Amino acid sequence: MGKKILLDKINVPGIKTYEVYRREGGYASVEKALKTMTPDEVVTEVKNSQLKGRGGAGFPMGMKWSFIDKKSGNPRHLVCNADESEPGTFKDRYLMEYIPHLLVEGMITASFALEAHLSYIYIRGEYMWVYKILEKAVKEAYDAGWLGKNILGTGYDLDVHVHVGAGAYICGEETALIESLEGKRGNPRIKPPFPAISGLWANPTVVNNVESIAAVPWIVNNSGAEYAKIGTEKSTGTKLISASGHIKKPGVYEIELGITVYDFINSEEYCGGMIDERPLKALVPGGSSVPILPAHLIYKTANGEDRLMSYESMSDGGFATGSMIGSGGFIVYNDTTCIVRNTWNFARFYHHESCGQCSPCREGTGWLEKVLHRIETGHGREEDIDLLWDIQRKIEGNTICPLGDAAAWPVAAAIRHFREEFEYHVRFPEKITNRDHYVAEPFEKVKHLVSPLSV
Amino acid sequence: MERLIIHQDINISSELMVRIDELISHYPADKRKSALLPVLHEVQDTHDNWLSIELMDKVAEIIQIKPIEVYEVVSFYSMFNQRPIGKYMFEFCQTSCCATRGVEDLMDYTCDKLGVKIGEPTSDGLFEVRGVECLGACGYAPMMQLGDEYKEHLTKEKIDQLIDDCKAGKINLHYQTNG
Repeated sequence: MGKKILLDKINVPGIKTYEVYRREGGYASVEKALKTMTPDEVVTEVKNSQLKGRGGAGFPMGMKWSFIDKKSGNPRHLVCNADESEPGTFKDRYLMEYIPHLLVEGMITASFALEAHLSYIYIRGEYMWVYKILEKAVKEAYDAGWLGKNILGTGYDLDVHVHVGAGAYICGEETALIESLEGKRGNPRIKPPFPAISGLWANPTVVNNVESIAAVPWIVNNSGAEYAKIGTEKSTGTKLISASGHIKKPGVYEIELGITVYDFINSEEYCGGMIDERPLKALVPGGSSVPILPAHLIYKTANGEDRLMSYESMSDGGFATGSMIGSGGFIVYNDTTCIVRNTWNFARFYHHESCGQCSPCREGTGWLEKVLHRIETGHGREEDIDLLWDIQRKIEGNTICPLGDAAAWPVAAAIRHFREEFEYHVRFPEKITNRDHYVAEPFEKVKHLVSPLSV
Repeated sequence: MERLIIHQDINISSELMVRIDELISHYPADKRKSALLPVLHEVQDTHDNWLSIELMDKVAEIIQIKPIEVYEVVSFYSMFNQRPIGKYMFEFCQTSCCATRGVEDLMDYTCDKLGVKIGEPTSDGLFEVRGVECLGACGYAPMMQLGDEYKEHLTKEKIDQLIDDCKAGKINLHYQTNG
């Protein structure tokens, strides 16, 4: 069994409740931080842990904290990003639903480190029942004296509230989330200024993912140096992976970073192998926006080394032959999956979720969706594949926020690794009329029809 | 533009007002607007799950902002409805993981069974089927949202049962934490 620090108590009966959570040692990090440490000492421990932000971008959390403006004297805020919406990702929901007090504890300890006195948890509106679970947990924390005025008699005051969104992927982008928290449309802001200088209500603000904040109690209790011993040199700690797709045991797993992708997919401890023993065709390792990997690049990197569940190994080879661990949204596809249809599905998602501020994204995502739909339904043209490449290239890097990149990358990777499938769709429309066309006849069986010379 | 003239009974009960005031208290006194999204959820939940122009105007009055500030927010977020919708809204996730696990077949099945197209309520106003984007339940696909909760690992049999349960009034659309 790999080391668990977030979910080690998840099977304790009643851990959802305050009483059991406290009896199992919960809220110890608040006592330790408030009574024996300075805020900057907590920041140092988090820096020493080398924890990379678990929302997807992987920015070092301690460094993000050190950017917050403590000099201006403006009120500071911690905002927890629980707007989990990246397709393939459902880890934060699991943590919040089954061990809500871990997040509340992390919010208090982290707010103390940032010297914030008013903090928020922004949760996506669709997780309405989890919102109610969190509201209850926060109320219990107030009742037990962990929140409010003069916490533990130390003179530290903190209010934490849960704020509910209303259905917009874009609000997972930190500046859009702040806009939404201010009661506005979720339009990302131009950076700089970064939220650490001017965030919520123009005050210095740190936005962190649920899983990142939930790791803070362990780091404070055990030290950043101890945390850094877990995992690999560059990918410290554990990571929640939400596994889905054509595997026997989909679900949320806490892994020690650095295990092999092969073991993660095939071992009984984790995914338990492929359903119906069908062959593995592709993997989206870190949420829909990261490049899809073809079978030959999943278990081994292009150099022939074992592919590991770590930041550095997953991105080995760059976008040419690698991908990203991203949010940990791990989607496994077998040979019945149509890559064209799946890419169209992702494009539809990004088109739906584009906020519409930047024309390359607003127009480009719709254009990608239409052209992909045309190919998938048998009306594609030979030049469409190059057209898709051209459109995605013109979106990438040309937008205020990363949603444009997130829309472009999956299309680019699908063409890069699965171009033959697009050609097959264009040339043999009569063979793809059924939407489940690869269920009866996987691409491997018809691949010979697309002459390699034409590629 | 037909929806503009659909009448909606507006009733901001004292119980609802207590909850609205509680939500507004979560933000600094000069930042009442921040409460807009949580307040809209509460108001929509108590008004047959949709927001008429008149209701949005009422919310603007309560929060003390301009009506346009409410309209532009309501039209941005997918969970706010600007027309009457079916009481039991089956919102199927149709993004990649659910799609690869057969949600499209289930949506066709549900529409056929109810005799509706996507986005059209049944004539008795009881049901509606909608396709939505990723709900964050990819490991439990195929799935849908019904009220505050998720219905996961769906099959045709489970859908039959859900429709029966809705008709029998056994489905509670609002999640209650115990205690």
